[in-house]
Amino acid sequence: MSLDPVFVAEMAQADYLAPVPARYEQEFTEGVNEASVDSSTRQDQLVAAPFWANTQLLWYRKSVAKEAGLDMSNPVTWDQVIAAAQKSDRLLGAQGIRAESLTVWVNALVESGGGHIVENPDVERPEDVKLGLDSEAGKKAAEVVGTIGKEGLAGPTFSNLDENNTMLGFQGDDGGFMVNWPFVYAAMKKGAEEGTLDKSVLDDVGWALYPRVDADRASAPPFGGIELGVGAFGEHQAESFEAVKCIRSKDNQIEYFLTDGNAPSLLAAFDDSRIREELPAAATIKQSLAMAKARPTTPYYNEVTGGVQKTWHPPQDVSPDSTPADAANYIYEVLRGERLL
Amino acid sequence: MSATDRAKSEAKLGWMLSAPAVIILLAVTAYPIVQAIYFSLFNYRMTDPDNRSFNWGHNYIVILSDPQWWQTLGVTVLITVITVAVELVLGFALALVMINAIRSVRPWVRTVILIPYGIITVVSAFAWKYAFDLPTGFVGTWTGNSDFDWFGHFGSSIVVICLAEIWKTTPFISLLLLSGLAQIPGDMLEAATVDGASWWQRMTKVILPNMKAAILVALLFRTLDAFRVFDSVFVMTSGAQDTATVSFLAYDQSISQLQVGMGSALSVMLFLCVAIICFIFIKGFKVDLGQVRGD
Repeated sequence: MSLDPVFVAEMAQADYLAPVPARYEQEFTEGVNEASVDSSTRQDQLVAAPFWANTQLLWYRKSVAKEAGLDMSNPVTWDQVIAAAQKSDRLLGAQGIRAESLTVWVNALVESGGGHIVENPDVERPEDVKLGLDSEAGKKAAEVVGTIGKEGLAGPTFSNLDENNTMLGFQGDDGGFMVNWPFVYAAMKKGAEEGTLDKSVLDDVGWALYPRVDADRASAPPFGGIELGVGAFGEHQAESFEAVKCIRSKDNQIEYFLTDGNAPSLLAAFDDSRIREELPAAATIKQSLAMAKARPTTPYYNEVTGGVQKTWHPPQDVSPDSTPADAANYIYEVLRGERLL
Repeated sequence: MSATDRAKSEAKLGWMLSAPAVIILLAVTAYPIVQAIYFSLFNYRMTDPDNRSFNWGHNYIVILSDPQWWQTLGVTVLITVITVAVELVLGFALALVMINAIRSVRPWVRTVILIPYGIITVVSAFAWKYAFDLPTGFVGTWTGNSDFDWFGHFGSSIVVICLAEIWKTTPFISLLLLSGLAQIPGDMLEAATVDGASWWQRMTKVILPNMKAAILVALLFRTLDAFRVFDSVFVMTSGAQDTATVSFLAYDQSISQLQVGMGSALSVMLFLCVAIICFIFIKGFKVDLGQVRGD
């Protein structure tokens, strides 16, 4: 079964997943990005096989970055990108809609600042979950979200901005910067080929690693993808693991990417010449995947992400002084069964 | 065969004829309701079935002491009152159009008026969402304010949700009112006209009093329907900007979080609200449900 990485822990906690037999462990994890392995592991036991991997980059309009004097050859920080967007009066797009993409963003900001939304994802009981939101990293994350919201840097629709609309804003006349998944490049390329997007816009698009929160600490880009799990109640588990082994072989991962655009979790696959040709950003994506950090691998992910989405929205009301603490208190109450979500 | 024997055997036949329907109804409605009430007394998470525990009425205490419950209840009542009030007026106007349209165009008028009701709610919700959504919606350009995010504020979100609901379900209410209008004897109206009653007098003295039962039945059905509003909210805002309704809150607990206990408790609360609405209408306004059948 294909599993979104955030649900692996929940399925494993309910004993729905057959643990990966020891003889496959090395093959399923070797040369794979760290976030994929983390997401496939529950309490030090591999319970799923890393398959597809996805990450976000900072996409920018080369002309805008140049005009704003932002040097994109070195890693940039959120503060720098915010300043550049203000200076050039162009959009800085991010996903402010109350949906999973908001948690993706908040998690990346907290992890980039050296913190974690959930400190102890391995615990079993909901009351034992310890959150790291009310921390320096959480406050800094709230500052970034709140600033972009209050200053209107992501446009008037920020509180409803999803990945696709972020891209539409980016390729419009006011586009400047955005954080987004690599599908945007394929979509813009298709638009340019079909004539719905000016070719010069596509040529103006550049990409870089996800912005840093602290200038001296590497960023922790978002991670998404798919893991493969085998049901604990199936009669043909041995055959299923053989199938998983075949499905996620390097050649097949390259093939899926070329035919369906789903990026591989095997980092070596990115060195394939066909992938490099299809996606110029492949090298940066590979680098970003190696740095990416997973969202909390807790069986109570629904409560955590639901709580984050409720308290960090709308983005213009997010404040470093209150939001991280409010979010933590609210999620604790939900986990203890004292509040509705 | 004596009269009582005959009555007995008729009663028996009646029971036998209705038995299949009663059994099916019990299986598909009574059983889930009883099960929901049972589950609502547990702390029960579907992904953690081993730790299921009976917690008496704790779920209900949590619900009633949570401001979110009262807030969603308020939003639900607001949407219900707005949509039902507007729909009643619009629906009555449409019913008058339908009954007074000349014979040759009458089928067309009825078809056109009923089309929205034939559209799936989710589809209509998406259509309205795309009409108002930025940057693709056209309403922003029409209203000359293409930067206004309709779904970025509570008030404007409620307006769009209500518009979508009204557009979609007014035909239902007008259909029920049409049946009421059609039941008014023609000679009564004729007599009123002969006696020199004006249009307004005919409306308030003859038509409306004779339609009271039909109006109340239409109101009751539509209120029950409106109170369970879910699709439009789910599609348009996903409950953001404080637009979550009671149904949406129940969905969030039971489907998103798989909290079977809490979700069941919320569903029971929703059921109670609907039962109270029914009670108020039937006892308070003396709605005679037999009227719908034309008894």
